[in-house]
Formats: sequence, structure tokens, C-alpha cells
Amino acid sequence: MYKYDQYDQAMVDTRVAEFRDQTARRIAGKMTEDQFKPLRLQNGLYLQLHAYMLRVAVPYGTLSSAQMRMLGDIADKYDRGYGHFTTRQNIQYNWIKLDEAPDILADLAKVEMHAIQTSGNCIRNISSDQYAGAAADELVDPRPYAELLRQWSSFHPEFLALPRKFKIAVIASDTDRAAMRLHDIGIQIVRNAAGEVGCVFYVGGGMGRTPMIAPLIREFVPLDHLITYSEACLRVYNRYGRRDNKYKARIKILVHEIGKEEYSRQVEEEFAHLLTQGIEPPIAELERIIPFFADPAYEAGASDELDRSDPDFALWVDRNCHAHKQPGYIIATISLKPVGGIPGDASADQIRLMADLGRDYSFDELRVTHAQNIVLPHVRKADLYTLWLALDAAGLGTPNLDSIGDIIACPGLDYCSLANARSIPVAQKISERFAAREAELGELKLKISGCINACGHHHAGHIGILGVDRKGTENYQLSLGGCEGADTSLGQITGPGFSEDGIVDAVEKVTDLYLANKQGEERFLDTYRRIGMAPFKEALYD
Amino acid sequence: MTEVQFRFRDDAAPSGPVAAFAAFGEQSNATAVRIEPGDDARVLVPFLDRLKLVEVNFPAFTDGRGNSAARILRELGYTGELRAVGDVIVDQLPALRRSGFDSFAPQVPLDAADAETAFARWPHAYQADAIGSAPIWKLRHG
Amino acid sequence: MKIVTGNDLKSGEVTWWTGNGWSRHVNEAVDAGADAEAILARESAAQRVNAAYVIDGVSEGGTVRPAHIKERIRALGPTVRLDLSLDPTATPERVL
Repeated sequence: MYKYDQYDQAMVDTRVAEFRDQTARRIAGKMTEDQFKPLRLQNGLYLQLHAYMLRVAVPYGTLSSAQMRMLGDIADKYDRGYGHFTTRQNIQYNWIKLDEAPDILADLAKVEMHAIQTSGNCIRNISSDQYAGAAADELVDPRPYAELLRQWSSFHPEFLALPRKFKIAVIASDTDRAAMRLHDIGIQIVRNAAGEVGCVFYVGGGMGRTPMIAPLIREFVPLDHLITYSEACLRVYNRYGRRDNKYKARIKILVHEIGKEEYSRQVEEEFAHLLTQGIEPPIAELERIIPFFADPAYEAGASDELDRSDPDFALWVDRNCHAHKQPGYIIATISLKPVGGIPGDASADQIRLMADLGRDYSFDELRVTHAQNIVLPHVRKADLYTLWLALDAAGLGTPNLDSIGDIIACPGLDYCSLANARSIPVAQKISERFAAREAELGELKLKISGCINACGHHHAGHIGILGVDRKGTENYQLSLGGCEGADTSLGQITGPGFSEDGIVDAVEKVTDLYLANKQGEERFLDTYRRIGMAPFKEALYD
Repeated sequence: MTEVQFRFRDDAAPSGPVAAFAAFGEQSNATAVRIEPGDDARVLVPFLDRLKLVEVNFPAFTDGRGNSAARILRELGYTGELRAVGDVIVDQLPALRRSGFDSFAPQVPLDAADAETAFARWPHAYQADAIGSAPIWKLRHG
Repeated sequence: MKIVTGNDLKSGEVTWWTGNGWSRHVNEAVDAGADAEAILARESAAQRVNAAYVIDGVSEGGTVRPAHIKERIRALGPTVRLDLSLDPTATPERVL
């Protein structure tokens, strides 16, 4: 994975010094909260319902075991012994003190980490495929391109006061494991008919109040124009994105209102101009970054056999492991969704254990997924059983990847001052109700958001739940048929909302209907797409 | 008019009236103009040789349209004074400078020591910018 | 009653206006009445509180109950981690 050179290190160190100075000036009263807020947000520091919350960046979801260990140590040293992995591949700490925040950033900088631009109206963490570099179906590893974009977007002087936040995802396979079309810019690296490698640009996707799937804006951007074209996309947004209404300020609204053809035309004009300005890094820079993502030193001739005699192990392999491009190796997902647990949370001890397992069994590398789980990307099959025993002993061996127990949930009203309802208790109840039924329900992506900001990505859930405030009481809307991936679709609301217990019953009704109507190997999503909303509405409300 | 607090030019500061953007075209002898966030800086392109001063207003420091306006003007060859006015705060100064501004007239005067620290803060930049900084990729590859 | 709540600037801890200072314990909150906004402004300007705002609540037998579930959770702690609550007797039902 990428290693900082002297320049990268100087940038994060300078940022720490800058934030230390800004914090001191705020505490001394030289700055108002209104002046300080955008600055602390661009260092990942929120003021939440109970305390300051710090969101640390995990660039494109990749981290080393040393970095993971630091995240565990930070949880102990500065927080209350745990962290929360998020739907954008980051980690959050909920009990931070302002006067310690600069020290946390300094500790992070020691292991080449930061909280730069993880919040605020700027370009956020670039996300990517959690199986990058390990999956057989990728054209190339997308992460060098994500790293190029990370550097381009960091402290970009023109784009630090955008109309609103800006999220970019980069993938390099037709199987979209990063919900690419639901980002402000989604990039797929492809090979064109002439055999050249370049980027497809989708612009104007997003969730929140008005979810939209990003339309295709440009079919092919050559690699040596990636930064220039991205800059053109951002400049048009910075100049013409709406600033009159916070809820209409994302680029998806601009693209929707002026139309994708007009947006594309304006970008082409700006792009043609910017090509004369020499802002593109030389191809040598990409060539410098790529080797950091070279294959690890796989053991040649590693055995492709797995001893499946332990049925619990076999179940975990079938559910949580994915084929690796290299024979003898496998991709393992560590579930952070124990039955009845808090989705995405991990204790400091668990985080450090995962760091050690990454060091011992995955060439020192781990990934955070946008489904709030952890991936060990390069595990030798010969080591898999030992790994699983360690995970299972630590409560990290739940075999529920992509099943109903693998719930994606935002922190909700238990933690977040933006929320209208709690999400975690609903997740816990659903997890417990369906614990024995994961096998029969198969692939079922259930996502819960505690408010319309949709940090739980509920629009993309096969089953989605949105918490709302109904006259001071928590209420939950159910939606069906959302999907990320190449066949991205947005969930449809079933009808009136439910109480907290009611929503769990509602989920049971729709899953029962699925089982009664399922044909062949259909997943819940397939049955829904085939039979439509009407039967589900009837089951729920009649 | 608020006082220019920081200036990175050797020539004399322009004096005289600053035309509003809407009226600028009609005033064929105006050498100074003020841009608001919604104004299109490219409209000024035919007049860049004549212009000695372009003021860019930031009614709120959270509105970054002025940064695009400034960069566009510099990219299109404007070499006159480019002044940031309005809600200019210390912490924006590095980004404003790299966007091409060479003078600053904050509505509320800034602490001079804090401002000096801010201007000198960043030894490097990842991106090419309007003041010809050598981006890190250039330092890496020449 | 009108309750003023905010955060301590440095520690981030949630605080409640007690009439002569700021407490971490909601049951010490007083009814600031018509003075609530003025108190908020004065205390914010003096940097004794950050991000303060006014809410409704009721006083019930020695306890203070904020009117909205959000502030009841704010007072109690995350209902899913009441081991972290200031109140050792906390239960999730208390926020309903």
C-alpha cells in the first residue's frame, strides 16, 4: 500500500500544526464557533449529541496493521475504548475532547494517517472496492488512481468552500462493490476498443433527501487527463451548484436541473480550457504510485485445499470468504455485526486483534468496507482455519456477510444530533429476530438510516428502513428494492411507517412473503423485482 | 471601502472608483471592477489588458465561488491586482493566495501575526495553482 | 420549563444551565423562563458554554425531563451503551 514520502509527511504534519493553532485560537476566544466550525469539520471534528466526534480517514478503505493498531490505541487513549467503522470506509470516535484533538491528529500523522477533509463542504475520502488488488474480476487495482485523486483533492485551494460535500468512488471492475453510481463522481477504470486504459465518469449520484443514480457524463477519459477532467467537473460545480438551499446543494441537483447533456457540455468547455494550463501530474507520478499496490509476495504453489470438517468453519467460509485471484489464497471478511450487537462498532482490543491478524495472515494489510465490516484481503488458505478460530474466540467470527444479519446502520439518534430516530436498537432487534433464519433468507442487504441524510444508505437496501420523527415519537418507514452495484436501483417506500416493534414485524412479513413466492434461487431482491410492490403492500397493511 | 491589509505587489495600489460588474461594460474607461459570487469572470476577458484591479467579494467565507473566479482570471492572463474583499478570515488566506489573490481587504481587520503565520504555513502544495507554485508532483519528477 | 443546554467548549461534555453555572447533570437544570435566550447569549459570549440552545422540559419529582426524545437521549447517554451514562440507574425506557 501507499507509503508517504517526505512531501506527504510534511503535508500531514503541517495540517496538524495548523489545526493545533486553530484550536488554540478558538479556545482563547479569538474565533467564534461559526468561524471555527468549517475548520474543525475539515479536520473531521463534529460536535454531536453527547460530545465531539472525530472521523478519521481510511483512504479508499485500505490500512496497514500498524495503522489499525494505532486506531485501537487511540480508542483507549483518547476515547472510551471503542470505535465505529462507517459506511464510507472511515472510523469514528464518539467521545473526543477538543483540546486533545490536535494530539490525536499528531499520533495519526506518525502512522501516515489523518482526518483531513472527512467532513465539510469539500472533497471527502475517496472510496473504492474493498477487494481491490485481490479480486479476479478487476481490470487493474483501482487504488493508485484513488491515491492520485486523494492528493489532488487534499487542500485544493479552489474547492475548499464548495456548495456542499463531495464524494468520489473509484472502481475497476464491472461488479461494482463500492456503490459507485451513488456518489457525486463515480469512476470506473476500463479498457476501450483501442485497448487503452481510461476512466468512465458518472456524475451526479447520491443518497440523502433526493437519492439519484449518477448518469453517464463521459464515456472515456484517458488516464493522462484524469486530474484535468476531474478539475473541470469540480469547477463547474463550484461555480454553478446551488448555494441558496442546503438541501439542494449537491451536484446531483445541478446535473438534474440543467440536464446531464448541458452539464457535460459545460465540463467539456472547462476541460478544453484547463488542458492549456498544465495541471495534470505527469504519467510518471501514476507510475510512481502503482508499485506501492503491487501484489504481495504470494507463496508459489500454495495449497488450494481447505479442510471443511468443522461445520462452523465451513459455514463461515461459505458466507464470509470470497475467491482470490491467486490460487491458494482467499479474501476473508470479518463481520462487525455480531447477533444483537452494534453494527460497525469494535472495541480497542478487537481492533488491535484484527491488526495482529492482518499482520500475521494478510501481508500486513486490512480493508474497511462501506458495509461496516473489515476485510483481510490476502489470506493463505492454509492459514484460514487458524484465523477463523482467533476471530471466533473474539466475537468476530459471525458468518453473516450480505445476509439479513449483516445490517448497515448509521449511529442514529443514540449518537447523532442530526438524527430523527434511533437506528441501532432496530438493528439489534432485527438481528436477534432473524438470527436463526439467515440461511433460508440468503443474500439480503438491510440498511437503516436514522434520518433523511441517509448515512445508513437505506435507499440502496434490498430492505431499507428510514427513521423519522412523528410528533416526537420515533417512527420507521420501510422501503424495498434498493440495490447498489451494476444494477443500481433506489428503494420504494411501502406506505405508512411503523413503530419500533412494528418495523421488526414488518420486516418479518416481507421476508415471509418472499419465501412464499420465491422461485428457484431467487434472492429477496429478485423476487421483489419480479412480483412488484403490490403483494408486499397487501401483506403489510391489510 | 475597506482598507487593504495585505498586499503582495510592488506597484502602486490603484486608486479611483471600482465599477460594479453589471455597469462595467458601459464604462469604457473603467480600470477597476468588482465581482460578486454569481458573476461570470470570463465576461471580463476582453478587458484584461485595461484592468488594473479586480475586486472579488466574499459575502461569506463559506462561499468559494470567488476562488474559481480568481483562478480563471489568472489562467486567462490577468496580471493586475486581484483583491479579496468581504468576509475574509485568517484561515482562508493560503487558499486565497494560491487561487491568485495578491491583495486582501478583509471587512474585519485580521490579527496581523496570525495572518503572517497563515501565509507562511504551507511549505508545499499538491496541486498546480495560480501563483506558479511547484506542485509536489513537479518536485518529485522535475 | 425552558432549559438551556450546551457543551463545554474544551471537553465537549453536555451541560445544563443550573441558574448559576453549568452542570453535567440534567436534574440540576433550572427553568430559565423568559431569560433563557439572554442567558444563552451572555454565557456563550463569556465562553462558559458552546453551541447552546433552548429546549422545553418538565420538572417531575426531583428529575428534569426534556420534552423531546433527542434531549432525553442527550441527557441519558446512548441508549445502546448505558454503561457510559452518567446515571448508573439509566435504562433505555427512560427516553421514551
